[in-house]
Amino acid sequence: MSAVSADAVAVTPDLRAKYEAVIGIECHVELKTTSKMFCGCPNEFGGEPNTKVCPVCLALPGALPVPNAKAIEHMLRAGLAFEATIPEHSKFDRKNYFYPDMPKNYQITQYDMPLTQGGVVRYWLEDGTRGECRLTRIHLEEDTGKSTHASADGRLAGATSSLVDFNRAGVPLMECVGEPDLRSADEAVGFLETLARTFRELGVSDVKMEEGSLRCDANVSIRLRGAAEYGTKAEIKNMNSFRSVRRAIESEIARQIAVVESGGRVIQETRGWDEAAGVTHSQRSKEEAHDYRYFPDPDLVPIDVTRETVERVRATLVETPYERYARYVDTHGIATKQATQIVDDDVLSAWFDRAVAVSGNAQATLNFVLGDLSRLANENALHVADGKVTPEALAELVALTQANAINSKAAKQVIETLWAGGGSAKAIVERDGLAQVSDRGAIAAIVDEVLAANPKVVADFRGGKTNVMGFLTGAVMKASRGKANPALAQELLKEKLETP
Amino acid sequence: MDPVRDSARAIARAVNSREASAVEIAEAMIPHVAQVDASLDAYLELTPELMREHARKVDARVAAGETLPLAGVPVAIKDNMCLTGTHTTAGSKILENFVAPYTATAVQRLLDAGALPIGKTNLDEFAMGSSGENSALKKTRNPYDLERVPGGSSAGSAASVGGFEATLSLGSDTGGSIREPAAFCNVVGFKPTYGRVSRYGLIAFASSLDQIGPFARSVEDAALTYDAIGGHDPLDATSVDRPLEPTAGFLREDLRGVRVGIVKEFATAELGAEIDACYRKAYADLEALGAELVDVELPTAKYGLATYYLIAPAECSSNLARFDGVRYGLRVDGADVGEMYERTRAAGFGPEVKRRILIGTYALSSGYYDAYYVKAQKARTRIAEDFARAFERCDVIASPAASSPAFGFNAKSDPVAMYLMDYYTIPVSLAGLPSLSVPCGAVVPEGGTRPMPMGLQLATPLFTERALLGYAHAYERATMHAEKLSPIEVATA
Ligand SMILES: [Zn+2]
Repeated sequence: MSAVSADAVAVTPDLRAKYEAVIGIECHVELKTTSKMFCGCPNEFGGEPNTKVCPVCLALPGALPVPNAKAIEHMLRAGLAFEATIPEHSKFDRKNYFYPDMPKNYQITQYDMPLTQGGVVRYWLEDGTRGECRLTRIHLEEDTGKSTHASADGRLAGATSSLVDFNRAGVPLMECVGEPDLRSADEAVGFLETLARTFRELGVSDVKMEEGSLRCDANVSIRLRGAAEYGTKAEIKNMNSFRSVRRAIESEIARQIAVVESGGRVIQETRGWDEAAGVTHSQRSKEEAHDYRYFPDPDLVPIDVTRETVERVRATLVETPYERYARYVDTHGIATKQATQIVDDDVLSAWFDRAVAVSGNAQATLNFVLGDLSRLANENALHVADGKVTPEALAELVALTQANAINSKAAKQVIETLWAGGGSAKAIVERDGLAQVSDRGAIAAIVDEVLAANPKVVADFRGGKTNVMGFLTGAVMKASRGKANPALAQELLKEKLETP
Repeated sequence: MDPVRDSARAIARAVNSREASAVEIAEAMIPHVAQVDASLDAYLELTPELMREHARKVDARVAAGETLPLAGVPVAIKDNMCLTGTHTTAGSKILENFVAPYTATAVQRLLDAGALPIGKTNLDEFAMGSSGENSALKKTRNPYDLERVPGGSSAGSAASVGGFEATLSLGSDTGGSIREPAAFCNVVGFKPTYGRVSRYGLIAFASSLDQIGPFARSVEDAALTYDAIGGHDPLDATSVDRPLEPTAGFLREDLRGVRVGIVKEFATAELGAEIDACYRKAYADLEALGAELVDVELPTAKYGLATYYLIAPAECSSNLARFDGVRYGLRVDGADVGEMYERTRAAGFGPEVKRRILIGTYALSSGYYDAYYVKAQKARTRIAEDFARAFERCDVIASPAASSPAFGFNAKSDPVAMYLMDYYTIPVSLAGLPSLSVPCGAVVPEGGTRPMPMGLQLATPLFTERALLGYAHAYERATMHAEKLSPIEVATA
C-alpha cells in the first residue's frame, strides 16, 4: 500500500531526472494492396458499411483464405529496409478469441515463425540527435472489422445494440514489434516517424494515422537511472497521433514515478490513453489475459521464402529516408531541420539530388528548393517536380549566383521566369540583361551620383549614424536597376564616406 | 434407359447421344425420390426446381454440341457443401436456416459436368459421427435394413445412392465419413488424396483432414465423378497444384503383378468368425485376380484413434468458432454479446459437437498444447512414415472399411465405441492417402435377420488415384458383390 497518495506527488524535473524510462513500441500498419489479405475484396478505406465483403472475409461457412502474394512481398521489403533477417520458412497461425468485429472468431496471424526477424530502425530527432532501436520482428496478419454502438432510436447515446462494418475485416496488417531500446517520448516519436516515412516511401503503406492505417501501443516502464533491471511495464493503447504518443508516454512516465515515489508498485496492466483528460486509465490487468490457443492454420500451407526471392526484393530497395537524411547532413552539411524537411518528400529529394549533381553546391541548391521554388509550387498548388523548372536549370542558376554573375534579386527574377515558362537560367539572364555589374569604375560612378544627391544622409553618416548605410546601398542598387554587385557597392560606399 | 437403376456412365451416354433428355430424367427422378425418401429420410432438402433448371441447361448444352461427362446424372450433395440458394445446414440447429449465397467448387464442377442436383443430404452434425445419428435434423435409415444406421457422417449421401434415390453423391471424409457409410450401404465410397479436391465451400470440420469424394454404385462411376470434381482450385490454398490424372478411362480388369499389403495389426479374427471369413475371402479373391499378398506392419496405427481425437477436435474447436449468432444462423439473444454467444452456441450445437469443441479447446490450451496437440502431430508424422515404409513392400493396402456391418439405432451410446468404427480408416486419413471402400460381401449381424453389406478398404500411396481405382475396379468386376444384395423395397407404389 502506498504511504502517500500518488496524486500528491509532484513530478518535478529533478525527480524526473532520477528515473530513466524504458519504452518499446508495437505498431500495426495496414498494407497498401489492391485486395485484402485472404480474399479478392478491395482494400480501400471507408465506403458504405459491408459493401467490401465476400464469403471469405465474412467467414461464411465453408469459405477459405488464400494469401495475398503482394502483401508478403511488402513484408519482405519492409523487413529488408530495416536490415531484418528473412527466414526461409514461415507460417500462419490462428489466434483464437471471440470478438464481434472478428468474423471467424480467430485472427490469422504469425506466432512463432514470422516473415521477418530482427533488424534495426535508425532514426533522428528534431534537434539532430540520432538513435537506434532494434526490431524484434515484423509479422503479417489480418485486420478486424469495426463496431459502432447504437441505441434503439439509432443514436449512439444510450447504445443498446452494436452495428458491425466488415469492410476493414481482412485488410492486410503488419505488426512491427520494437525492442525496449527507447528512453524518452521524443525517441519513441522519432522511431515511429522513421517507420512511417520508410513504409510510405517503400510504397508498402500510406501510413495515415487519422484513417487508422497506423496504430500503435507503447510498453512503458521506469527504473532508477543507472539501474540494470527493467521495471514492471504498462501497455498504453489508444494513441491516435504522434502528438498523442508523445503526450501519453510522458504522462505515463510521470504517473509511474509518482506511484513509486509514493511507496507504491507499478502493476503490469493495459492502460488506455484519454486524449481529452491527458491521462492513461487502467483497462485490464494481466491476470485477465486471454489464452489465445495459437496453432498453425490448417487452411494455409507453410510459406517458403526462397533466397532468390529475397535477393530479387533486396535489389529493388533504394536509399531509405534515414540514409538520405544522413547523407544530406554528413556529406552535404545541410542543417538538420532543412534535411528533415526535404527527406520527407522522396520525389523532391530525388529532384534535388539531380540538381545538386550538376550544381555541386547542396546548401545553395537547397535554399532555392525550400525557398522560392517551394513557395511558387505552393502558390500554384503544384509539386516542384511537376513544374517547368528543371533540376538542370536550377543548377545553372545556382552556378550563376555562386560565380557572382547575378545578384540575389536577379536570381529571384530568374526563378520566377523559369517557373512561368521554363528554359535555361543563363539564357534568361542574357535576354533580360540581369547580369550583375561588378565593374568598379561603373559602380563608383553611380556611388558618386548617389552621394551627391543625398548630402544630408552623408552628413548623418559622418556624424556617426552608420545605420544609414542600408539606405545608401539601396539607393545605389536602385540607380543600377538592381544589377550592381551589392557587396562591391557597399565596399565603394564605405571607401568614399570614410575618406572625405 | 432407367434413370433410377442405370449407371452414371450409361445415363450420360444416353443424354449425350440424345436418346434421353435430362429433363425426362429429372421428371422421372423427382417423384421417385420423394416416394423413396419418405422411408429413408436421406435428404434434408429436395431441390426439384433447381434440378429442372439444370436439366434444361444440360439439354441445351448437349443440343449445342457439347459432350458432358455427367450429362443428366442425378446427384445428391452432402449438406455441408454450399450450393447457392439451398439451405446448407451441416445437420445442425445452428445453421438450420442458413441459405448459402455461393457454391462450393466441387459442387460447381459436378454441375458443370452436367449433373442434376436432387437435393442436400443428411449428415452427422458438422460431419462428426459414424452413424448419422448425430444429425440434429433428421434420422436417416439404412436402405438395407430400416432399423439400422446408414453409417456416417455422410449418412444421406451413402443411403441415397445405396437406396437408388441418387445415381451419385458427394460426401466428405475426415476420418472415415465416406468409407464407413459406403460399406454400410453397399456402395463404393472414395476419398481422394488430401488436397486433390477443393474444400472451398465445404463447411470445415477438421481442415487438415477433410476431403470431398464421391459415392457411386460402381468404381467406374466413382472414377467419373472424381475426374469431374478433382484438380487444383485457386480458392483453396491447400488444394494441390498438380495435374489431375484422369482415372475413368484407365481402369483395369486383373491384378497381375500387384502386391497387396495385408496389415499385421489389422487382424480380422477379433471381429468375429463371420466377419473374419468375409475378409479372408476378399483377400483370397484379390490373390485369385493375380495379386501377390504380402504381410506389412503399421506399428503406430494403433495410435491413430488417439491422435485423430486430438487433431480433429483441436481444428474443429477453432473452425466452429465462427458460428456465434453475429452474422448468420441461429441467434439466441442475451444481456450482452458474451451471453448471446453462450446461449446461441448452447442451443445451436448438439452434444457430440460440444464434446469435440471442449476436447479441442483443452488440447490447444496453454500448458497442454505441447503434451497434446504437438505430440499428436508428431504421432501423425510417424503414422504417415509407417505407411510409406509399408508401401516399399506393396502397391496397395487392403483392410476392413469398418469394424462391423451397420448396427441398430442407439446401439452405440458410448462415444468411444462409436469412434472405434473408424479404427481402419482413421490412420489412412491421418496419412492423407487416397482410399476407398468397395462392397465385399454380406454378413448377418448379431441380432439381425438380413445379411448386411460389408466394405473392403483399399489404400494406395499419395496421388495414385488411378492405380487405386484400377485395383478396386478389377476386384469389383470379378466379385460383383454389390449386385448380390438389394435394398429393402421401400414405399413401393
Ligand atoms: Zn472478402
